[in-house]
Amino acid sequence: MADAPTDEPTHRALGLTDDEYGMIRDRLGREPNHLELAMYSVMWSEHCSYKSSRIHLRRFPTEAPWVLVGPGEGAGVVDVGDGIAAAIRIESHNHPSAIEPYQGAATGVGGILRDIFSMGARPIAVMDPLRLGPLDDARSRWIAEGVVAGISGYGNSVGVPTVGGETVFDECYADNPLVNVLCLGIMPSERLVLGRAEGPGNLAVLLGSTTGRDGIGGVSVLASAGFSDDEADAQKRPSVQVGDPYEEKRLIEACLELLERNLAVGVQDLGGAGITCATAETAAKGGSGMDVWVDTVPQREPNMEPFEVMTSESQERMLAIVEPAQLDAVLEIAERWEIRANVIGRVNDSGCLRVFDREGGDLLGDVPAVSLEDEAPLYDRPREEPADLAERRADSADALAAPDDPGADLLELLCDTSWVWSQYDHMLFLNTVEGPGGDAAVLRLKHPTTGEDTGRGLALTTDGNHLWGAVDPRRGAAMTVAESVMNLAVVGARPLALVNCLNFGNPEHPEVMWQLSESVDGITEALAAFGFPCIGGNVSLYNESRGRDIDPTPVIGVLGVVDQLTTPPPGTRLVEGGRLVLVGGADPALSGSAWAASRGHRGRGELPSFDPAAVAAAAEAVRELVAAGLVLGAHDVARGGVALTLAEMSVRSGVGFTAARLAGHANLFGESSGRAVLCVDPDQLRVVLDVLDARGVPHQRIGVAGGDRLVVKDQFDLALDHATAVWRDRLPDTLGTGTTQG
Amino acid sequence: MTFDVVVDVQLRPGIADPQGATIERALPALGFEGVRGVGVGKSIRFTVEADDEAGARALVQDMCDRFLTNPVIEDATVSLRAAQTAG
Amino acid sequence: MAADIAVIRFPGTNCEFDVVEALGSVGATGRVVFHDETSLGVADAVVVAGGFAHGDYLRPGAIARFSPIMDAVRSFAEQGGPVLGICNGFQVLTEAHLLPGALQKNAGLKFRCGEATLRVETARSAITNRATVGDLLRIPINHFEGNYTCDDDTLAELRADDRIVVRYVDNPNGSVDDIAGICNAGRNVVGLMPHPERAMHELLGSTDGRVMFESLLSAAGVDLSPIG
Repeated sequence: MADAPTDEPTHRALGLTDDEYGMIRDRLGREPNHLELAMYSVMWSEHCSYKSSRIHLRRFPTEAPWVLVGPGEGAGVVDVGDGIAAAIRIESHNHPSAIEPYQGAATGVGGILRDIFSMGARPIAVMDPLRLGPLDDARSRWIAEGVVAGISGYGNSVGVPTVGGETVFDECYADNPLVNVLCLGIMPSERLVLGRAEGPGNLAVLLGSTTGRDGIGGVSVLASAGFSDDEADAQKRPSVQVGDPYEEKRLIEACLELLERNLAVGVQDLGGAGITCATAETAAKGGSGMDVWVDTVPQREPNMEPFEVMTSESQERMLAIVEPAQLDAVLEIAERWEIRANVIGRVNDSGCLRVFDREGGDLLGDVPAVSLEDEAPLYDRPREEPADLAERRADSADALAAPDDPGADLLELLCDTSWVWSQYDHMLFLNTVEGPGGDAAVLRLKHPTTGEDTGRGLALTTDGNHLWGAVDPRRGAAMTVAESVMNLAVVGARPLALVNCLNFGNPEHPEVMWQLSESVDGITEALAAFGFPCIGGNVSLYNESRGRDIDPTPVIGVLGVVDQLTTPPPGTRLVEGGRLVLVGGADPALSGSAWAASRGHRGRGELPSFDPAAVAAAAEAVRELVAAGLVLGAHDVARGGVALTLAEMSVRSGVGFTAARLAGHANLFGESSGRAVLCVDPDQLRVVLDVLDARGVPHQRIGVAGGDRLVVKDQFDLALDHATAVWRDRLPDTLGTGTTQG
Repeated sequence: MTFDVVVDVQLRPGIADPQGATIERALPALGFEGVRGVGVGKSIRFTVEADDEAGARALVQDMCDRFLTNPVIEDATVSLRAAQTAG
Repeated sequence: MAADIAVIRFPGTNCEFDVVEALGSVGATGRVVFHDETSLGVADAVVVAGGFAHGDYLRPGAIARFSPIMDAVRSFAEQGGPVLGICNGFQVLTEAHLLPGALQKNAGLKFRCGEATLRVETARSAITNRATVGDLLRIPINHFEGNYTCDDDTLAELRADDRIVVRYVDNPNGSVDDIAGICNAGRNVVGLMPHPERAMHELLGSTDGRVMFESLLSAAGVDLSPIG
């Protein structure tokens, strides 16, 4: 071996514990050298190995007849009919975005796209759920502008539409924004590709960008450590990577072409842990080993050390496993798309990842591939419910004083997010029937090869609610799944599969691990009740700033299908003269609501009761009504309660309403699950009510749409003009008209 | 000979410069008073081989005219000097 | 036989297949031609599709203009063949000097994606010969550098020669004189910032792009069945 055995401080400096160091020594039967330690440190980092969360993630239901690939691969894949498979994945890029908002968000988009096209699917849509600090804070505004500009700059240029997401502002995300990104791709079912390095003698071809020092230590240092403003953390900043959407665009076209022509045995993206991860993962999954020749990797900077080459996270790179006979054809495609392609190694049958300085040269490192990939430590970290939980739960928001002016409280909740999504190309590929700003995006489903319209649609929603999570992470997570299901229902879609991005605080805090475990249980219970599986996820821990953990924020993405897409969904709107029907039964409890938070009441009391069977029945009835064309407008009830639902329908369509039978502020602002407001043509009202009755779904006629005022009898009476201006101007007035970032 | 070249590309006078204007508006808010005439452009750096400085200058000017700037909206200022050779 | 339209694809172009789909819906065949080709083949018209050719690095269109296929596009245009540059394609055509002026960053310094309303200003162009002056068309925009600019003489000439093809009703980007599209002196080369291919289907919210593609086919001498 080239290096002398390392002394103890090295492994600690790399983020490995003494116990982990011992495990490595035992596995190798000798002392690891520095290169090997560096490879273990990135592969066994929280970010790559999920060592703190894996034990919990196993509880998700992951199977259904339509699931082609479940969790554990680059992306989950489901059969959506007509010979089409859909690949979907969600990820976080929280910590990089806190440091360099533009590039952090941009490279987040780049990374998720590679996960999708490495499966053989063409990315057709991105969603960006964002959680940012309060707008009255200058740094949070800088982060908000940079993140949005980064998603816009990268996503638009790489040529994948951003069709939706969320924008949430809250003080718990100051200095630690949550920048999650979801990508959906489609492919002909027969093209499904898995990242496998099979067949000794096959070549490992590195495609795309050069390898530099950017991102070295990124996964272990950046993603696994909290931030403060002190000097030591400032030192970590050089790890930020810079995205190149033009390189990625050519990489997408080249990789899809070589998969379409069957020229690769497997393809793997280079994400966290770079070449180490891609080679170890493909070798481990293929039951083989891999030789890597460091000098063949195109390097951006002189004098890079082997460990730097092996762990760099430079962006826009892919690894293809290619039979020698196909190499020339692969190189030809690469040349046509003007991307670099270099053979950097060869599949072997040793089961080991062997790193050489050059082909036939010195062996620098030699470790079992599975030990990097599958044998990372698994921690069941201590978890403990908060000591004051009982006391907190006893403090209900229902005891808060009723508002003097509910209309004023409602106006505070209104926020048009088009400032964000008008900066994203959301129309490319001519699929976007319902774009950002609605409850769920709806896309035409065209065959990925022939372009033939199937007459059906795919629907996508992302949802999260940290205020619910702070009160009760378990029920809050279940309610989030319910919100996704209802968001799909109002556009006429039924759910097929869920992915999740679990954003939590420091896992070394037992309360955070309790939150995580509870959230997993909540999602699991909801999925069992709703009858669809989880096919992938991502965990982001250490989301904390100045020693404070963020509220538990599981973000849910659900893919649904619209069986017949002949007209656009009714949308979040009112139509003059339409009758308003509130679907679903309510528990008028205010704890966890946005209204309660506006009174400083957070993380206390108990969430509204939750009956998943009732939610499922209500959602299915709404979906049927929408699909049958019996509804003029439809919007789910979630954050802000029925009051915000009605107000959003009103300002988005420019039609007022007069409602009654919503006595007390709890009926206005309570956020009980499984509800939606429908706007129904008076001539269709009887039919709609009959359907709801037949399904046993509770419902209430609450008023009529029309006029130029927003009125709830005995509660508030607002001018539509005023409400619209407040809604429309909130973000532009705060964030200004443009940014000079990027 | 090798020359170090910096091409400074700026918008031509009279062409709207929204980035410059935005920065100029933002500076007083941060306490920087008295700043006027902010212009945002780009700088392009490279080395070029030529027989002498005049030759290098002619070559770079041609690049600017045909490729590095859009003369409809941009002007370029070329800075050029002989590169320090090692040893 | 269906009209054959060459749709130019540079590395970084991303609207080429959308244009092909749109052409298909007016009965024409879009044929994607890669930038490294030197011939357009037998084409009735050319569309330079939108996207980010060469990443928009240096300036949008600055590198694309030197691609091998651009010589063929230039001679096709010089012989009077209809050429439509959409969005990034418009930027490429100005950089290639097939159209005057330039496209700068939007006045609002933001990328803008959304619907725009255009007023048809002349029926004498390759994309409006089947429209009527004053028609209002709802066509999406999607750009960061769509702010059309030119010197005063050029603007005067564009106005005098009736070469402003469409104007924005509500200017989204600061374009001089609300210009959304212009044509060359021969009226066969048109640059258009908005995306008519995104307005071809009821499900997508507008079918107002059809008249532009139908006009393009007319300009190419393709016999269109009577339209209502």
